[in-house]
Amino acid sequence: MSFLELKDLRVHFPTDDGLVKSVDGLSFALERGKTLGIVGESGSGKSVTSLGILGLHKGGRAKLGGEIWLDGEELVGASAEHVRTLRGKKMAMIFQDPLSAMHPFYTVGSQIVEAYRIHNDVSKKVARKHAIDMLGRVGIPQPDRRVDSYPHEFSGGMRQRAMIAMALSCDPELLIADEPTTALDVTVQAQILDLMRDLQRDFNAALIIITHDLGVVAELADDILVMYGGKCIEYGTAEDIFERPEHPYTWGLLGSMPRLDRDRTERLLPIKGSPPSLINVPAGCAFHPRCTFEDRTGGKASTEVPQLVETEGGHLVRCHLPRDTRRSIWETEIKPSLEAS
Amino acid sequence: MQKTTRLGVAALSAVLALGLAACGGGSTTTPTSSGAPAAAGSTGEFNGALTAVVNPSDKKGGILKLANAGDWDSLDPGDTYYGYSWNFIRLYGRSLVMFKSAPGKTGNELTPDLAEGLGTPSDDAKTWTYKLKAGIKFEDGTPVTSKDVKYGVERSFDKEVFPDGYTYFNDFLNWPKDYKGAYKSKDVNTDSAIETPDDQTIVFHLKQPLSNFDYFAQLPATIPVPKDKDTGAKYKEHVISTGPYKFDKNEIGKGFTLVRNDQWDPATDPNRKALPDGYDVATNVNADDIDNRVLAGDLDVDVTGTGVQPAALGRILPDPAVKAGTDNPTGTRLWYTSINGNVAPLDNLECRKAVEYAADKTALQTAWGGEFAGGQIATSLLPPSIPGHEDFNTWVPGADNKGDVTKAKEALTACGQPNGFETNIAYRAERPKEKAAAEALQQSLGRVGIKLTLKPFPQTDYFALYAGKPGYAKDNKLGLAMNGWQSDWPDGFGFLQQIVDSRVIRDTGGSSNISVRDPEVDKLIDQAMEQTDPNSRNGIWTQIDKKVMDDAYILPNVWAKALLVRSKNATNVFVNDAYGMYDYLGMGVK
Amino acid sequence: MVTYIIRRLIWSVVMLSIVSIITFAIFFLVPRLAGATSEDLAARYVGRTASAEQVKVAAEKLGFNDPLVVQYGRFAKGIVVGADYDYGPGVERCPAPCFGYSFLTRLPVWPDLLDRLPVTISLALGAAVIWVIAGVATGVLSALKRGSFFDRAAMSIALAGVSMPIFFTGMVSLVLFSYGLKITVAGGTYTPFLTNPATWAYDLLLPWITLAFLYAAGYARLTRAGMLETMNEDYIRTARAKGLRERTVVVKHGLRGALTPILTIFGLDLGLLLGGAVLTESTYSLPGIGKYAIDAIGRQDLPQVMGVTLVAAFFVVVANLVVDLLYAVVDPRVRLV
Repeated sequence: MSFLELKDLRVHFPTDDGLVKSVDGLSFALERGKTLGIVGESGSGKSVTSLGILGLHKGGRAKLGGEIWLDGEELVGASAEHVRTLRGKKMAMIFQDPLSAMHPFYTVGSQIVEAYRIHNDVSKKVARKHAIDMLGRVGIPQPDRRVDSYPHEFSGGMRQRAMIAMALSCDPELLIADEPTTALDVTVQAQILDLMRDLQRDFNAALIIITHDLGVVAELADDILVMYGGKCIEYGTAEDIFERPEHPYTWGLLGSMPRLDRDRTERLLPIKGSPPSLINVPAGCAFHPRCTFEDRTGGKASTEVPQLVETEGGHLVRCHLPRDTRRSIWETEIKPSLEAS
Repeated sequence: MQKTTRLGVAALSAVLALGLAACGGGSTTTPTSSGAPAAAGSTGEFNGALTAVVNPSDKKGGILKLANAGDWDSLDPGDTYYGYSWNFIRLYGRSLVMFKSAPGKTGNELTPDLAEGLGTPSDDAKTWTYKLKAGIKFEDGTPVTSKDVKYGVERSFDKEVFPDGYTYFNDFLNWPKDYKGAYKSKDVNTDSAIETPDDQTIVFHLKQPLSNFDYFAQLPATIPVPKDKDTGAKYKEHVISTGPYKFDKNEIGKGFTLVRNDQWDPATDPNRKALPDGYDVATNVNADDIDNRVLAGDLDVDVTGTGVQPAALGRILPDPAVKAGTDNPTGTRLWYTSINGNVAPLDNLECRKAVEYAADKTALQTAWGGEFAGGQIATSLLPPSIPGHEDFNTWVPGADNKGDVTKAKEALTACGQPNGFETNIAYRAERPKEKAAAEALQQSLGRVGIKLTLKPFPQTDYFALYAGKPGYAKDNKLGLAMNGWQSDWPDGFGFLQQIVDSRVIRDTGGSSNISVRDPEVDKLIDQAMEQTDPNSRNGIWTQIDKKVMDDAYILPNVWAKALLVRSKNATNVFVNDAYGMYDYLGMGVK
Repeated sequence: MVTYIIRRLIWSVVMLSIVSIITFAIFFLVPRLAGATSEDLAARYVGRTASAEQVKVAAEKLGFNDPLVVQYGRFAKGIVVGADYDYGPGVERCPAPCFGYSFLTRLPVWPDLLDRLPVTISLALGAAVIWVIAGVATGVLSALKRGSFFDRAAMSIALAGVSMPIFFTGMVSLVLFSYGLKITVAGGTYTPFLTNPATWAYDLLLPWITLAFLYAAGYARLTRAGMLETMNEDYIRTARAKGLRERTVVVKHGLRGALTPILTIFGLDLGLLLGGAVLTESTYSLPGIGKYAIDAIGRQDLPQVMGVTLVAAFFVVVANLVVDLLYAVVDPRVRLV
């Protein structure tokens, strides 16, 4: 069994308007030292998945189904208290906006100390020293001085480094980073991504990077999982996704990917339409109302829910288009247009 | 066992109360329905303390707890002008004479206190002599002499130091010219006003005959003050006692305590029982809380004696068991309407009669606060508790007191105004009850065509500038004016002189008499002032009352009443007519 | 920081001076504008039987004939260096700070205020402890159990608490607990703390609870709203992600975040109360600053009213300053400049 395995994970929220299936039958596996990128638009269920793994899905209202195996332990059925003891220690998380994710009234140091002392029975002094070490390790200059600064006294990149220091303070085996660079400048983004890659190597942790931007995971991820409407619609190695993507939605994501090697003024190719409602999920393929190639499915797109099928060597796709059609569209229509633009 | 004992005691006290009522010589006896409520409540029955002693006892000890919603104007005998204060001051001060500590009309009787007997007048009633008892001492053991009494009166003269007090002695004694009181005229010989031929004798010399000077002699200003202990305006912080109690702790604005004065000799004092070991008095206490505490038995007396607040009224009246523990005495205050003979057509007696007949007195009673908190319907001037009062009703406003429209119309015809007339009615703007009464009159007089227009005036200048200023009243046709009067002591002079003597009316305004102008009344007043025999004198006051009513210059509304709650813990509870409230001298603790 | 405090202190003194000028004007200028003469003002101090001449003398003696500026100057001077008051047969020294001299009680105002201050402080602080603990705890629980029976019951009671005037709740609780069940003391009972701390607390129990009930209600609602907001903040999720116990998350992270508005209101509430809990003190007949104020106003004893107004203003101004300073302590993002 892999270090982390999700089997048919479901996170459903009952609301006044109906049942919201934020995550609906998600499965994947991840080994230590490997990086998984989960990519999708907002509302695709990628963040809920990560919160579900940590047991942080909203209180008692959400219904968690399926199985989450972490290092041989099943977490869905485990007690909340047990999952709590794993949080921070075995699995840690880095949040999107470090300004709002850190408590404004406590110093950065004390927040790291707090995280460390939950799981390590050490004195405040020792914990403080550890915090300074961690801050130094994530590249914060003069850590012994900055340890007493408040989050608002840090720059955006510094804050994210501090956030990472906090998440890594207990040497977690699973690290989930939810849009770790979205709130940052482009140049800082690259630095943070480099830092994460280095640290992951040092700590030998399993890393999940959640993002709406394929560019973020392009360099970092071993495997990539594309989510749409709470479901996985394409899964494969980074090479699979970037070189041989088979799902029209993935094509869309590639088209709308801002790239460092391209001029910022160039027009991105957005995906038409908006993400599906999670209450009134479109019949058939959830993506079909936005799909340019829906007419080539022989009408199945709007009537039948497509299955996730292996196209070759662990590359999974959820699409009604015949495999050959997908490949020829990619080769003849999408790829040239991406390269041209 | 416990229960039967208590019932037994209660029954015994009820019997005792009845017995005492009989001995007390009150003209009315307590209504004795069945005796059951008295035994059950053990605090007697409604109005039980008006004419008899409730819970009679000679048991000594305990502390009586009193509270005041406001504060004393002053505890200084030379500077206090509240009835309750005069009632209470007898605990720590002895004046020349005093009112008897007894229920009902007996309380109106004067009895010697410092003096051996009541005053001895000269033939012209201009000189009054008192002999002091021997053996009376201040709380520090110094003997009290007539010079201390004289000093007490002299110091009270200074109204700059003692702004709250009355001016009776200032006005009536034959002071040297330009006398300014004991502080500013230190070395002035005042023998023309007060002589002290020896330590036991004091002689008062008056400017004019005053047949009732004994009432002056009961005023707190005759309580002796030791000159060497006098601190002027600060004396109120520690008054040197001559009575059975002296000041222990006194915090102005919060309260004070009285403890026994060991220099007080009961042998010199037949009037005071001095049962409790002390008094605990709190001032500036929330008025509603006082009512609740007295009702709960946590507090013994609301010392101001002005009756419960409206909130408590609503709790007491509907509950017979609670009501049985209360008394509803009629005080010495009259609320009335002045009928100004200077304003036509009220210069005509017939038109004034029409007002008297047409007035709905039950509506007026309601306006003043109803039967219990407002007052008793008044038919004449002198309140029932004042000697000289006689029950008569010159202008009967119908059998039901709702006004006699027929007779009013007849009077109007006789007056030459068969269709009525228009005039104004003045009242004090700050007083909602006066306004309500004025409206009640507007309503009832309107039935016979007398149209009243309401004219409110500020109360501070009501007498000085408006209703009490003859020129203004006449020019502005203030035919009627709401008015009220309370006597400083229960005596015809104290009650009537200021409101019916036409000679007190000044063109510059300021007089309380704003309508009675009858030379015959003035003559009768002079006679009464010279008549030293109380019975004959009281007869003259009755005559004056009747004459003023015949003139129809005054429309009496109500004699004010207050609902008092009897303490559950106190013994010897009774209403003293002289003060219209519970007598604070007799009360003891169970 | 230091310059900030110094500047604020100077500003506080200026504020107090302005308050004293306004109060002075209300009592001495406004009546004059309305047509009152010096004699009318003096009439309050000379009793019921005074003749016109006596009133005139009093007006002169009380200085009502001087220009208002001179009168105010005399008052202000008294605060700094003290004053002498002629009360008839003698002269009384009113030492600095002389907040005036009451010609009705013949006592200087300042010692009266000092005498009554402990009562008000005892009442306000005791009640404050109760209402903060009760109000905040209720608010937190309500927020965490939002929509539950507890939440609805607590918020209904809170609404009642905010709506019911203290003279009503006070009177009802006195009748019920003091006179009915006899488990608390009667109105007007007060024992100084130094005499006997236990009796002090017992005597003040009912006033504390009544006063606290009124305020706790507001604090519960405020806390609940604040907690609902902060518990949705990202940093709460972070705290949970660290593996903190839920109680630590709620108290250390959630409540701390919601504390700022509560602290602001608390400072001002406490400042106002220290200037006299008028309704509570008069309902329970407690001889504090508030009762003193009510009695003084009832008697129109202007020097006393002036004194009490200044003391109340002092507490409000100080409370404002303290709240602003505390702001910087509670929220490090606030800079005092």
